[in-house]
Amino acid sequence: MSLFIQSIINGLNQGAVYALVALGYTMVYGIIRMINFAHSDFIMVGSYTLFYTIPLMVGAGMPAWLSVVVAVAVCVAVGVTVEAVAYKPVRNAGSMSALITALAMSLFLENLALVLFGANPKSVPEIFSLPTLKVLGIILPVKYLVTLSIGLFMMLALHIFVKKTTLGKAMRAVPEDKEASTLVGIHVNKIITTTFAIGSGLAAVAALMYCSTYPRCTTDMGTMLGIKAFIAAVLGGIGSIPGAMLGGILVGLLEILIKVYLAPGWYEAITYSILIVVLLVRPAGILGKNVGEKV
Amino acid sequence: MSKEAPVLEAKGLGIQFGGLKAVNDFTMKIGQSELVGLIGPNGAGKTTVFNLLTGVYQPTEGSYFLNGEKMNGKQSHQVVAAGIARTFQNIRLFKKMTVLENVKIAFNKNMKYSLFSAFFRTPAFWKEEAEIDAKARELLSLFHLEDLADEAAENLPYGKQRKLEIARALATDMKVLLLDEPAAGMNPTETAELLESINLIREKFNISILLIEHDMSLVMNVCERIIVLNYGEILATGTPEEISQNPKVISAYLGD
Amino acid sequence: MPEKMKKNYFINLIGIILVFLVMMGIFDTGILGAKTNYIMGIAIIAMMTVIIVCSLNLLTGYMGEFSLGHAGFMSVGAYSSAAVTMAMINAGITLPTVLYFIIAIIVGGIFSAFVGFIVGIPALRLRGDYLAIVTVAFAEIVRVAFTNFQITGGGKTLSGIPKVSDYHYIYIVMVICVALMYMYVRSRFGRAVIAIREDYIAAAASGINVTYYKVMTFVLSAFFAGVAGAIYSHYLTAIIPTFFNFMKSSEFLTMVILGGSGSLTGSIIGAAVLAALPEALRDFQIYRMLMYSVVLVIIMIFKPSGIFGTWEFSLPRVLNRVFGKNQKKGGAAHE
Repeated sequence: MSLFIQSIINGLNQGAVYALVALGYTMVYGIIRMINFAHSDFIMVGSYTLFYTIPLMVGAGMPAWLSVVVAVAVCVAVGVTVEAVAYKPVRNAGSMSALITALAMSLFLENLALVLFGANPKSVPEIFSLPTLKVLGIILPVKYLVTLSIGLFMMLALHIFVKKTTLGKAMRAVPEDKEASTLVGIHVNKIITTTFAIGSGLAAVAALMYCSTYPRCTTDMGTMLGIKAFIAAVLGGIGSIPGAMLGGILVGLLEILIKVYLAPGWYEAITYSILIVVLLVRPAGILGKNVGEKV
Repeated sequence: MSKEAPVLEAKGLGIQFGGLKAVNDFTMKIGQSELVGLIGPNGAGKTTVFNLLTGVYQPTEGSYFLNGEKMNGKQSHQVVAAGIARTFQNIRLFKKMTVLENVKIAFNKNMKYSLFSAFFRTPAFWKEEAEIDAKARELLSLFHLEDLADEAAENLPYGKQRKLEIARALATDMKVLLLDEPAAGMNPTETAELLESINLIREKFNISILLIEHDMSLVMNVCERIIVLNYGEILATGTPEEISQNPKVISAYLGD
Repeated sequence: MPEKMKKNYFINLIGIILVFLVMMGIFDTGILGAKTNYIMGIAIIAMMTVIIVCSLNLLTGYMGEFSLGHAGFMSVGAYSSAAVTMAMINAGITLPTVLYFIIAIIVGGIFSAFVGFIVGIPALRLRGDYLAIVTVAFAEIVRVAFTNFQITGGGKTLSGIPKVSDYHYIYIVMVICVALMYMYVRSRFGRAVIAIREDYIAAAASGINVTYYKVMTFVLSAFFAGVAGAIYSHYLTAIIPTFFNFMKSSEFLTMVILGGSGSLTGSIIGAAVLAALPEALRDFQIYRMLMYSVVLVIIMIFKPSGIFGTWEFSLPRVLNRVFGKNQKKGGAAHE
């Protein structure tokens, strides 16, 4: 029983990371119908920023959490630049070009990091030195609670932002009808830039959450994390913010439970199978809307 | 209407999207080599009817028959194989392919040579490719497109693209042709040419045609019978004179 | 067969034989001295890459769909063929090298084609980026499977595969594979596939069974990727699942896009050059993918059709031009 509860806790923690990354995919996909392959590499960028800035902050006598602010800033800058330099020129060139460009940007960031930081994994120092609770044989690191609540808070804030604010409403209007949005005075480019900024900022927070569980960064850490988060976004329903949260948590839980109870060597394969099954059975995901092609 | 068995028949055909009934209780018969017009205000569900009759959508109610054979559940390519072909409101050609290849595609379903023949270029390959080439060129010449055979389809002027789309549909060797606004965006000369082509193919191929058109004069001139659709339901059916005097039709077009 | 075609095929055959003789002249005479083996290794990797990149172009260029999991098909070919030839050797069957080689590529191709069929039937209902992501997932599933199976080395390097890949055989296989793919795209099958790429709704409305031709092309593409995998494992003699990763698949895609999606000539040159480059310039290795990605973005922005677009090299045409023969237009559809 305690193993089960332990697995649930670990799964939730894992799922919160997926959910936050999935949010980045879902927002961008929701607005420009493009899988931003580079999104997962923003997390890598965030993690390396943490790795390099935490010692600086500590050395300068400042609180370590300030490096999260730096990471957010760096990720936002990278995200917005990637969008402006690479994605914007191909935005109207069709989905094939967009996909290749996104893939290319992902490769670019990963290999740039390889050139800059080298192939050896880096160990990220702890930001929070928090105790670990032990209740009835269950290990509950307090940092899990912190990351989980940060994750939940971010999602809730984002949800409210998109539903209530003018900017958020404009973000929902653009994918419905680009031309009409322009007509009613929405700056489509500005909206897309904002979307990338928010998505990249979330990636930095995801980096923090990821590193507090697995304090190691490598240049290709984003690839598989990204694909799993994308699976989470698809499972929840792409374009839907609550869907991304739900999908992330579900994928996280499933992975851990399968790892513990069913087949430790196969859990990843099962995650990937989820994607295939979801896309075939219900491509719109749990909370998504079905969109057919107009003939 | 002809007394013989209808070629194409729809019985209470309908489809729902979510809770919305896009088309409801659509019933009609088209006889051998008959030309029927399908008209109605924008959003009346005309193209949806076409999509239902060509396997793009599956009807949620009712059924349709081609020469008495039930067609429900068939996919697009199976519907074409059975003998219903169509054109599209917004022309859908294979843009980067040549005019000739566009027509050859429609012959593909009757081509027999195997993958093996294609790989090793057996005599069967050469023979059948040559036959199809000749047939496609012959069909193109009917529409005066033979000189443009090796041109990319996207380089054709608008009117010729429409014609090519009709030629491609004819190449499927169908019994019923559904034309979705063939004269849309055409100037009067092009429309006149198109009319000529339509009459020509009716005589030559002995096919039935269902025609969606906004150009009233065209519809009134060529159609033997007209079906008026409004809010997804049939408002009236009759000869062009009957329709032009039907008060319900007049109010649907002129009212609110 | 039309007379003109007979002549063209003959000219191409002569060209292929000439290239073969040049290679033999270089490698068999040892004219390069100590470097011969090294250069030959580069040539072998390049030829293998040509096969897999052309096979990927069948999907990307002609069918207009992505596979970001082609390394997965390659690994199926590599592992299945290795398992069979190793089992044969363990059973004490002694055959001439060439037979082992033929068995390896056929087994690799068929296993990969079979997996392609199993994956393709459900996956090809999807299009565009969804299909792309499913192929990624597929390749990862394959990788996890090979990491778990005992017969494939259980996550460790699988070694002791017989070294039966030889550049003579590989060249011939490469020529046959590329020729078959060329014949495929220039037949009614290829025509149907290109029509599906252009407009799948119109293709269906013209009587094309969209799913059938998509699955057929996918299976064919997987077959040739499997052949390349078999060549690979029987040349290196030791393979590891992590080699066939997402990065490898992206690399193949880069070569397709760079050469020109829809041009087998582009794929051949793209694959040969990009596969040989990092081998030839070792220091360049670390910057290779970085450079690829930059070039890829530039190509997408300025010339999305790639370097060669849909242009194909034709030896008879070149000869005609060089010797100033009468150049007749048209009727070039099956050259």
